[in-house]
Amino acid sequence: MNQYLRYSIPLFVFAVIAAFLYKGLGMNPREIPSPLIGKSVPEFSLPTVEDAETIVKSDNLLGKVYLLNVWATWCVSCRAEHQTLVHLSRSGKVEIVGLNWKDDRDKALSWLNRLGDPYVINIFDKKGRTAIDLGVYGAPETFLVDSKGVIHYKHAGPISMELFNETLLPMIEDLKRKG
Amino acid sequence: MRTFFLTLMFLLILPSSHASTLAEYTFDEPGKAEDFRTVTEEMRCLVCQNESLAGSNAELAVDLRNEIYDMMKAGRNKDEVIDFMVSRYGDFVLYRPPLKPSTYPIWFGPLIVFLIGGVVLFRILKRKSLTRETKLSTDEQHRLDDLLEQSTDPRDNNQ
Repeated sequence: MNQYLRYSIPLFVFAVIAAFLYKGLGMNPREIPSPLIGKSVPEFSLPTVEDAETIVKSDNLLGKVYLLNVWATWCVSCRAEHQTLVHLSRSGKVEIVGLNWKDDRDKALSWLNRLGDPYVINIFDKKGRTAIDLGVYGAPETFLVDSKGVIHYKHAGPISMELFNETLLPMIEDLKRKG
Repeated sequence: MRTFFLTLMFLLILPSSHASTLAEYTFDEPGKAEDFRTVTEEMRCLVCQNESLAGSNAELAVDLRNEIYDMMKAGRNKDEVIDFMVSRYGDFVLYRPPLKPSTYPIWFGPLIVFLIGGVVLFRILKRKSLTRETKLSTDEQHRLDDLLEQSTDPRDNNQ
């Protein structure tokens, strides 16, 4: 018996390593915990996509629960996500603020004309400086922000209806109830 | 054909060797360029996660390098730059993670594995030396002597 036990040690070690590697296969290395959860949206003062003269400040966004969606026309996943955003904005469940990241104004406008505009406000961050303050490292990224401007959740990658219904919507309703 | 492959190899090497030159970032103060290099080399590019900020050609890495350059030019020191980056991108940007409960496995894991290995090795060696020291019983010793007497080395016979 003891002998069997001894010979099963390598098998056991192998099983442990295999389990860790298998877990690693299913994990997303892009999912990096954001240090901004629980903190306020960084201060900014940027023009909108529609009009270079209209300036939006971070304070202008206070008073409502919204999704802050980082997007760009050069981003393929944003194209895939766009229909979901349009659908969400039509459903009226949440308002979506856009942060157009390192993009071209004309391209962005024609994208919105062609595919629909889900955004209540669309901020134009040409240099990507505000995106750096938000810790953005890819597009699309979406932040859930409460009425006091505090970030509650961050998702890197396109939003799906499943993610919205299962994760975001309960949080949104909770935040709206709290005011 | 060989020349073709050699050329191809050099062409493949070229972009990466170009990326690691930070020569375009110059500082008036002595030591600052060194600090800049250390900081950017110790930070991870978040787009291509296996490259440092110093070595990456990703657009975000270029932006972040410029941002860090501007900060250091404006007189901020290394620690302030690191705080700036960590407050936005988290500990993940650091190749050398800080020591805290969530990073204990990274820091102490290898040591623990090493200790386990040491204990196992020690026990195996101890058991081996114990078997070697085991005395033969009188019967066994007699049998051994007999066997040794009977046995003859074939090489001796051939002579």
